[in-house]
Amino acid sequence: MALNEEFVGRVFGPGEPYEVSRVKIAEFADAIGEPSELCRDKAAAQRAGYPDVIAPPTLAIVIAMASTASMHSEPGLGLDYSMVVHGEESFSHSRPLHAGDVVVATTTVESIRALGAMSMLVTSTDISTTDGEHVCTAKSTLVERGK
Amino acid sequence: MTVKYADVALGAEIPVKRYRVTRVDLVKYAGASGDFNPIHWNERFARSVGLPGVIAHGMYTMAQAGRFVTEWAGDPGAVLEFGVRFSGMVPVPDDTDPPLGGTTGGATIEVSGTVAEKLGDNKVAVDIVARSGGTKVLTRSHAVVRLP
Repeated sequence: MALNEEFVGRVFGPGEPYEVSRVKIAEFADAIGEPSELCRDKAAAQRAGYPDVIAPPTLAIVIAMASTASMHSEPGLGLDYSMVVHGEESFSHSRPLHAGDVVVATTTVESIRALGAMSMLVTSTDISTTDGEHVCTAKSTLVERGK
Repeated sequence: MTVKYADVALGAEIPVKRYRVTRVDLVKYAGASGDFNPIHWNERFARSVGLPGVIAHGMYTMAQAGRFVTEWAGDPGAVLEFGVRFSGMVPVPDDTDPPLGGTTGGATIEVSGTVAEKLGDNKVAVDIVARSGGTKVLTRSHAVVRLP
């Protein structure tokens, strides 16, 4: 099923604030094999100039995915998530996320296009603190494989 | 920090790293990331949607490329820009033998990188390629890193 192109330009969010915790950062760093003590040791992170332990750059996807999930499940979009593979991903960081950050995410649908039996969905998610400081923009291209 | 801006030469290759990935890594990543798509842990489901079997999360593979860059830079906070194109799947077969000294299951993700550009403000651009099972799984991938 082709995706509904009327979703282009629509904005989702901001959703509920997400609080970045030391435990989540350490769990994520463990899961990806990131060895840095800056993800685990507050004193080491502060010696390096950060307010608290910092997240590996791709942890932002956890917050971005929570923001895009509500859009993906909208029946009007026509997305079959079981047929979705990731096409491209990019992050643009103003600074690393750190423990104690409270952030909100806003997702914009940038483009939808059909490519043969496949559909490509491009979204851009801005992650900012609740005080309005930009932290990261995550841009995702999802590909829905044809059936 | 393990590298300094002044010491980085244009075109320099970052030493290749090989990262092993097994099913338990995908389960851990699913839990840590919240991405519970069953194609990353359920063989039957993966095959039912036309995949060769369980495959790694694209974001897991991207994270390995990220780890490659942050280990080189010595600081996960040094990465300003990071973008990848997912050009191939990473099938992660289950163990076929009991884990008694053999590693028959899993896959290897091999990451390589080159310093593509020295930018101002102590920033360098790095081109990254990741391969698994003889296939390029990340292409047109790059990071911009700020070094001391």
